[in-house]
Parts: sequence; C-alpha cells; structure tokens
Amino acid sequence: MTVFVIRRLMQAILVVFLMSVIVFFGVNIVGDPVYMLVSPDADQADIAAAIRRLGLDRPIWEQYWLFLKGAAQGDLGDSFIFGEPALRLILHHMPATMELAFSALMLAIIIGIPLGLYAGLYPDSGLSKGIMASSILGFSLPTFWVGLMLIMLFAVELRWVPATGRGDLGSFLGFQSSLFTFDGLSHIFLPALNLALLKISLAIRLTRAGVREAMGQDYVKYARAKGLSTRRIISVHVMKNIMIPVVTVMGLEFGSLIGFSVVTETIFAWPGMGKLLIDAILQLDRPVVVAYLMIIVLFFVLINLIVDILYSILDPRVRLQDQGA
Amino acid sequence: MRKLTAATAVAFGIMAMAAGTASAEKLTIGLASEPTALDPHFHNLGPNNATTLHIFDRLVDQNEKQQLLPGLATSWKPIDDTTWEFKLREGVKFHDGSDFNADDVVCTIERAPNVPNSPSSFGTYLKGKTVEKIDDFTVHFKTAEPYPLMANDISTIRIISNETGCNATTEDFNAGTAAIGTGPFKFVSYTPGESIVMARNDDYWGEKSIWSEVEFRPISSGPSRVASLLAGDVDMIAAVPTTDITTLEGNADVTLSQGVSNRVIYLHMDQFREASPFVKANGGGDIKNPLMDVRVRKAISMAINRDAIVERVMEGVALPAGQLLPEGFFGVSDKLEVVAYDPEGAKAMLAEAGYPDGFEMTIHGPNDRYINDAKIAEAIAQMLTRVGIKTAVETMPRSVYFGRASRGGEGDLPEFSFILVGWGAGSGEASSPLKSLIHTFDADKGFGSSNRGRHSDPETDALIEEALRTVDDAKRQDLLAQATERAIENVAIIPTHFQVNTWASRKGLKYNARTDEYTLAMGVEKE
Amino acid sequence: MTDTTAAPPPDVAKPAKVETPFQRFRAEFFESTIATVALGVFIIIVLLAIFAPWITPQNPYDLAQVSVMDGRLPPGSEAFDGYTMWLGSDGSGRDLYSAILYGLRISLTVGLASGVIALLIGMAIGLIAAYAGGRIEAFIMRVVDLQLSFPASLVALMMVAALGKGVDKIILALVIAQWAYYARTVRATALVERGKEYVEAAQCLGISRARIVFRHILPNCMAPLIVVGTVQTASAISLEATLSFLGVGLPQTEPSIGVLIANGFEYMLSGRYWISVFPGIALLLTVVSINLVGDHLRDVLNPRLKK
Repeated sequence: MTVFVIRRLMQAILVVFLMSVIVFFGVNIVGDPVYMLVSPDADQADIAAAIRRLGLDRPIWEQYWLFLKGAAQGDLGDSFIFGEPALRLILHHMPATMELAFSALMLAIIIGIPLGLYAGLYPDSGLSKGIMASSILGFSLPTFWVGLMLIMLFAVELRWVPATGRGDLGSFLGFQSSLFTFDGLSHIFLPALNLALLKISLAIRLTRAGVREAMGQDYVKYARAKGLSTRRIISVHVMKNIMIPVVTVMGLEFGSLIGFSVVTETIFAWPGMGKLLIDAILQLDRPVVVAYLMIIVLFFVLINLIVDILYSILDPRVRLQDQGA
Repeated sequence: MRKLTAATAVAFGIMAMAAGTASAEKLTIGLASEPTALDPHFHNLGPNNATTLHIFDRLVDQNEKQQLLPGLATSWKPIDDTTWEFKLREGVKFHDGSDFNADDVVCTIERAPNVPNSPSSFGTYLKGKTVEKIDDFTVHFKTAEPYPLMANDISTIRIISNETGCNATTEDFNAGTAAIGTGPFKFVSYTPGESIVMARNDDYWGEKSIWSEVEFRPISSGPSRVASLLAGDVDMIAAVPTTDITTLEGNADVTLSQGVSNRVIYLHMDQFREASPFVKANGGGDIKNPLMDVRVRKAISMAINRDAIVERVMEGVALPAGQLLPEGFFGVSDKLEVVAYDPEGAKAMLAEAGYPDGFEMTIHGPNDRYINDAKIAEAIAQMLTRVGIKTAVETMPRSVYFGRASRGGEGDLPEFSFILVGWGAGSGEASSPLKSLIHTFDADKGFGSSNRGRHSDPETDALIEEALRTVDDAKRQDLLAQATERAIENVAIIPTHFQVNTWASRKGLKYNARTDEYTLAMGVEKE
Repeated sequence: MTDTTAAPPPDVAKPAKVETPFQRFRAEFFESTIATVALGVFIIIVLLAIFAPWITPQNPYDLAQVSVMDGRLPPGSEAFDGYTMWLGSDGSGRDLYSAILYGLRISLTVGLASGVIALLIGMAIGLIAAYAGGRIEAFIMRVVDLQLSFPASLVALMMVAALGKGVDKIILALVIAQWAYYARTVRATALVERGKEYVEAAQCLGISRARIVFRHILPNCMAPLIVVGTVQTASAISLEATLSFLGVGLPQTEPSIGVLIANGFEYMLSGRYWISVFPGIALLLTVVSINLVGDHLRDVLNPRLKK
C-alpha cells in the first residue's frame, strides 16, 4: 500500500511536470502581455522597462527554469495583472467555485435520479418520453444560452432570485460559505441550476439505463416470484444496485463541473476561479493560467488516488497495483 | 423575445416603485471591468483610476469633460521656465483624522512611480519631474525643460497619506488598512471579483455625496449586466452594449445617460515600408506600397461611409470623426470637417494615383477591445472592397493583436499594413494623440510610441514639439490645432468615429456622462 | 457511416438464420421512428452544409457581397443586392440563412474532423495497449485515465489558450481533449474479447497476435466506437460553440455556428431574436439529431437490452 501510494505520487509529480512544460511553453508563445498591461500613454522606455520587469526579455528556457525554481519552493509566480502570487489568487477564488460545483452536483442528483427512475420503470409512458427528450435538450443546448434564459425568466421576469453575483457569506462548523445564508442560497440557485443542467441529463440517463437493466435481472424476477411488492423491489433491490454506480459516476463528474463553471461564472458574474481563468487567458496573465493548470492537475491526480485507495478498502477484490489487468 | 421584454418592463415598473424608496441611500453599480487593486499607484488603468478616485483626491481635478479644476491644490502657476508652484488646500483631513499637507504630496510623488510589481507604472507622468516642499501648503514641481502639461500630468496622481500610505504595500491598500485618503468615500470592504463597498465621508471638504453607501460589482458579460439592471440587482450599469440601447430606450423604467468619450477610433497605414506585407497587387503579386501615396490614403478616407458606421454598426451611438478629439477639447481645430463619403471620388483618386483597378489588402483589428471593433473592421473592408481595394479582414483578441501590431514584424517593427485602433486622450487635450500617434517614431525622445504606421513629417513634428514647450495656453492651443490640421491633411491616420459611452440606471437616477469613461458614484444624481 | 462498420459479433449459435447481421441491425434501427427522423434530419443538415454555396444567395465570407447597410434586418427583409433574407441578417449584414449553412460547414468539419482524428488516434493507442499488454499497456492506460480525469472542456480551453485561434487549432484542441475516450473504449472491448474462447482458440492455433488484434478484436470494437463517436462529435460541436462564447474559439469573420450563436448572445436582450435564435435552432437540430441517433445506436447495439 505504501509503495503504491509513493509510486502514484511520483507519477503525479511527473505528470505535473510534463503539463507544466506543455502549458508554460504553449502559453508563452501566444500574444504579447506587455501591451495588455502598459498604459497607452507609456513611451518606448516605459515599455522596455515593463518587458524587463516581467522577465520577458530573457530566453524562454530561462524563464521556464526560473519558474521551476520558484515552483519547487511553492511559488508559482506573481500574476502579471494583480501583482499577487498566482497561487494565492487562485486559492482565494476556489471556495466560490467549489460551492457552486457542489450545489450543482446536489441538484443533479436530487432532480436527475427520481426522473431517471421513473423513465426507467415506465419506459413507454408519455411522461418518460418527455423526460428523455428534455434530457437530450439538456445535453444539446449551449450552457451560456440557457444561462441567460434562466436569468431572464427567474430574475427579470419573475423576480424570484437575483440575476448575478454571490450572496452573503455565513459560517457553519468553521466553514465560510454562501450556502449558509438565505441571501447566499438565493444567489446560488440560478448558476447552480445552469451548471447542473448537463449533469441532470446525465443522471437521468444513467439511472434509467441502470433501472432498465436491473429490471431484467434474475434477482428481480426471483423477488417478483417470491411475491415482493413492486415498491419494495424497486426501493430496496433495484435502488441498492443502481445507486452506487450512478452516484460514483456523478461524483467523478465533479471535475467536469469545475471545468464548465467557466461559462456559468462568466454569465452569472460568479467570483470563482473559472472566471479568473478565462480573464487570465484573455488578458494573457500567464502565471495565473499556468498556476491554475498546475493546481487542477494536482487536484485531479489526488482525487484519483483517493478514489483508488477507497475502492481497495471497500472492495477487497480490488488490488492496489498499477499494472493493468 | 419581444413579448418577454415588454412584460419585463411592466414587472420592473412595479418592483422599482416598491424598491425605490427603501434603498434610496445605497447605490449599487454594475461595472464592466473591475479594478485590479485599490492601491491608487499600482496600475495605470481606467477602472483602477476611476475606483480609487472615490477614496483619494488629486491635486488637480478633472471634471466630466476633463477640464482641469482645483482639487487638493487650490491654484497652480509657473513661476519660472522650469518651475510650477502648487498652493495646497488647508483644513483637509484624511479619513483617519490626520491633516493633509505638503509632506503627503512629497511622499506620494516619491511612491507613485516605484510600486513593486506594478503592471503599468505612473512613472510615465512623473518622469523628469522633481517635487520640493516650500512650506506646509506650497510645493514646487521642477523640470529640466519648460513643460506646459504639468497640471495635466499631476492630475493623474492620487494623493495618499504620508503616515498610513507611503510605506504601505499594495496588499495593505487592498485590505483597507492603507486605503485612507481624503476623498468623498471611505473604504468599507473589497472582495476581488465580487464587490467593492464604500461609505460616505461625512467630513469631506468638497461637495458631499448624496449616497450614504456605494457598492461596485463587476459584471463583465454585457447581457448579464443589462439583465442585472432589469432585475433590480443594481441601480446603474456602465458600458451598456450598443445592441441593447434601442430596447432600453423604449423601456420607461430605465434612464440612459450618454456622452461622447475622448476615444477616437482610427486607421493606421503602413507608411514606412516600400513593400508592405499585407498589401498586394490584384491577384496576389508584389507591389510597391500604395499606402505611401497620400492620394491613396485620401481615397481610402473618402471611401469610408462614416455615417453608415455610426448608424448601422454603432446603432447611432457614436460620432463621425474628422480629427483626433471631439470638439470642445483643448487643442482641437475648428477648421477640420468630417471627410464626406464619396465612393466615386475615391475611385477617381485611386485612378489618378495609378490604381484604377485598386489592389488587395488586409485590415487587421482587435475583436475585444473597442465597442463593436470587429464589426467596424468588417464594415470598412466592405466599403473599400466596393471601391476596388479588395480588403480581407483579420481580427484577433487584443492579447495577440497589440503585440503584433506594435512589434510583431521583422526587426520588431509593426507587423501589419492597415490596422484599426483606438486612442483615448488621457490628458484630455490634443497633445496626447499627436505625441503618440502622429509624431515620428523616436524611442530616445519617447515620441510616436504608438505610431504603428510610422507616418513621419518633420514639419508636423516641429509643431508638436514646439507646442510641448509652450507654456502659454492660447499659443499652445493654436500650435496643437495646426499640427492636427497638417496631420489630417497628410492623412497620417484616418479617424472614423468617436466612441459614445452609455450608462443605464433605474428610473429616477441619471449619470453625468464623462469623457474619460470613468464610472463615479459622485456623478450619479437623482432626477 | 453505417454500412461497412456496424457489424455486431457474429452469432455462432444460430447459423440457420438467413438475415445478415447488418440487415438485422438495419431493421432494428429503423424500428424507432424518432431515430429514423433524427437520421433523416442529420442527413439533410449535412447535405445543406455540403451544397451551401449553390443554394444560398450570399457568400457570407466574401466581403464584396456583405454590406453593413444590411445589418440587423428582420426576417423577410430585402437585401441591398435584391434577394430576400428569409431569416433576417446579423449585425455585420450577413444573410442569416447563408451564414447558418456556411457555419454548419465549418462546425460539422470541426466536429467530424476532430471526431475522426481522435477516433483513429484513440483506436491506434487502444489497440497498441491491447496488443502489447504488460507494462506498455499499464503505462498507456494510466495516461488515458489521467487524461479522462480532466474535464474535456478544460483541456480544450487550455489547449486553445496555448495554441491560439483558427480552425486547425480548434480541431487539434478537440482531438487532444477527446482521443482518450476512444482509447478507453477500444481497450475495454479488447479486454473482453481477449478473454473469449475464440481468441484462446486462435492463440492455440498459433495465429499471430497482430492478426488476432486486427481480424478479431478490432471489428468487435466498432460498435461501441460508433456510439462513442456520435456522442463525442455532438459534444465537440457544442464545445466549439462554448469556446467561441468564451472568446477563444474560431475567428469572427468566418463564423461557425458556434460563433454565430456567440455573436447572437449579445442580441438576446435586444429584441432582435432572430440573430441568436435561428443559429441556435440550427445547432440544436444538429446536436440533438446526432445524439438521438447515437442514443438509439447504443440501444440497438447493446445486447443486454435485447428483449
């Protein structure tokens, strides 16, 4: 086990390193950040000074070497635009994105699984067909388009919730989050729903497929033969068998929620790290782009590792090893 | 969709009435772009300069038309060729209760150009100037050469306190501990990406704000910003997208405030390369750069239908431009007219210059910098194509564009042949564009830093340089106007239009539109 | 795209049946009206895109034919050059009907090209893994797992940030974001097939590994690959639209459907519904029809759902 963890961590470091090479060199050949920063009033000497200050006058391999040296000490460079350490900037914006992604995941599970269950049990009913058709729409509509429609409907037209921004923070068990205040919840509802749409569709489809498959299995036939009520068969036997894979897959989708939050955060002016990333890309704040990627890579590698370890604890048949089967 | 907006209007009306009285004291403003710091000397950038102006004052103020007014200095005058004397306002207190005096000015001028990690330093405006305290309420600024624009330059610097500010870091300002100025509002909180909150300074030396509290919220997406106003999340928004102006005009519950800006949108043409990379003969062969010929440049100017750009692309929210700044600004010529649209004349002029069948060219422009920039580039290409100059369009994000346009070609020269750019005159007078766009590129003297067409005319240069040495306002104004006239006559650049900025507020409020594009709570009034 | 590739595993148990597997597949596919209609819609869309230059009044990329004076005209208006703009025009004066068809060309090219390239690369890598086994397989699958743990949208966003704009770059970014899905699919199928008796039998007969992989394993991967391919193509088209909305997609002057929608986003509150709605419908029809076909293919090809 220890050997496994150490080996996986070594792999993680290798991956992070490779990614840093690709992204650092990739990001550094696009555009010219100097002209994004200096004021138009700046003269030639000011511009030359700005180039020197950002270290852009050095050859790129030297810039990369300096970056690596810093990274080894936990310093991923200072944001060109904010002048602050990029790492701190990202960590500062992370909680907002996390609570948004978490809320979206919860919404997807709460809305998606019951609908999927229904569609799986009664595949030929009109309602089921409607559910499935909407789930395809959920897959196909561009997130940004739906986002603005949600604002128009719920914020402008009905005025149930605010259109943009994040609400007041509340404190619970030492955590600070806007999920703990009413104002915060009313602000997060629309963006979370917008972000959840894709995943609601996914949850519906996964659950439906699981239910349909389970209903044909022998254990369900036996349970029927034994005279168990349909309700009991579904709630105990079928649900038990499909919930674990569905919830697992949904959990793994957390990463994709963080990815898609870029769009949602832009539309709902949500102050998360997705917005930070897209702004950094558009304004060529290279250290922030690189640091964001480093953090995300590390984050996912660690999640994968934890999932693998958990599996091995839960299911003794799974052996921790990195040789493929 | 139409139905939706109509219903929205009704809903809005009811809610606005309900909400109007309750939150009358607090003002919430949706910004298109947020400041990068609350340190007033960190980043010379519009949103930073506007936001910090709430907390900090400057010696010389600029009104909404960028005319200079007394601020923390009550008067200023040159006392000899190279010295300006500023008399400071007495009895002004910082938010922490300490007094304002010359020590604050001296330490501010020392700090402003030297902020660590500053992306864009205020050193640009303080270069070659030294400050000296004469007594508690008098300071002298000295330069090596006679310098007329002292007050303009000094008006870019916000004054911080020598006790709490001058040794503070940018982080201290962002945290609020150093965000202590003499301005009309006091720091309350700052959450990057989310909000900036300020409270009225009840001891302000000038006119006190009618708003007890102001909150700025960045909402970068245009439609979302408009929706936030319609939903009642915010009381006012800046930078209303031109696409939404017609609808909002028809909405009885929204007030629009518009004003021309100091920003001219113009075309730069390669005037320094015999063979220009993006100009080709018909069919793609090489050609001697036609843009060197003033007749060709004139023909291009005549081929552009500025009214159509204003009406169709800008939806009426712009002014056709015939020179570098709109009328009313210092140094503007009253002799110059907007070049009339004359496609037949343009064709004749091209034929006279030896290009009866035109040539091929590419226009390059940004697509996320100016209002509708990519569409304008396309419209201009359409117009030129129709008089025979077959023009392709290539637009790109500003992050890529400005680097290539400035030094992307061989030998760090401008890469493109024909480009769309804009220029906002931060100083609020004509020397700003003349010095940077028209004057011959000269790195040693710091002239022509944005002259991406490398137009060069010694006579214009002489006029500009003389103006920059002339302290007498009337004479300088005259010199600037002459330089502008000569530049336009030589078609150094082709101005197309001046941007008009639009703010939208809930009914009952209006904004004193500013030429410098700043969004200031001080300018929001009740109707 | 159906006739050559979609053969399900040959069923040895019922040699007497006259139907070929493909005929059976076809019969089952067309059992569903929705899927049939979706396939029809998709084929029409492809044809419209292919023949766009001959059936549109305007080439929206030729600036001599586009006039800003025609900008923002409502549906049914007459253009400066005399034809009727049945779907109205966008902010730059492009006839939306023409722009949508031309945009479909680009979007479908991007979606299909990235799908096919990613499929080929993914398939090759998956097969190499299945063929080589051992450490190489373990290594490849770690890379695939890692790549799959990143959201495709983020990978594409990062790639575009690093590569810059352009059709070729978007395709490359989408390929990088997607190849792993195919590799995983191929390898998973290969694992199942490798454990089957006929492979063991083939091995006993001394048939070479390469032959087993290409003659026996590869054909069996086709069905799941097609299913993954449809879903991925649809998501590639949506992803391209999203990237365009974020300002890092395709150039504005030669708009794809995604760029048209992203541009139309600005007009959503302006009352000029047509600028965003019509391209939106076109995208929706494309993506939904591909997804419906893919969905049904999965049902048809999945033996466990057989009645």
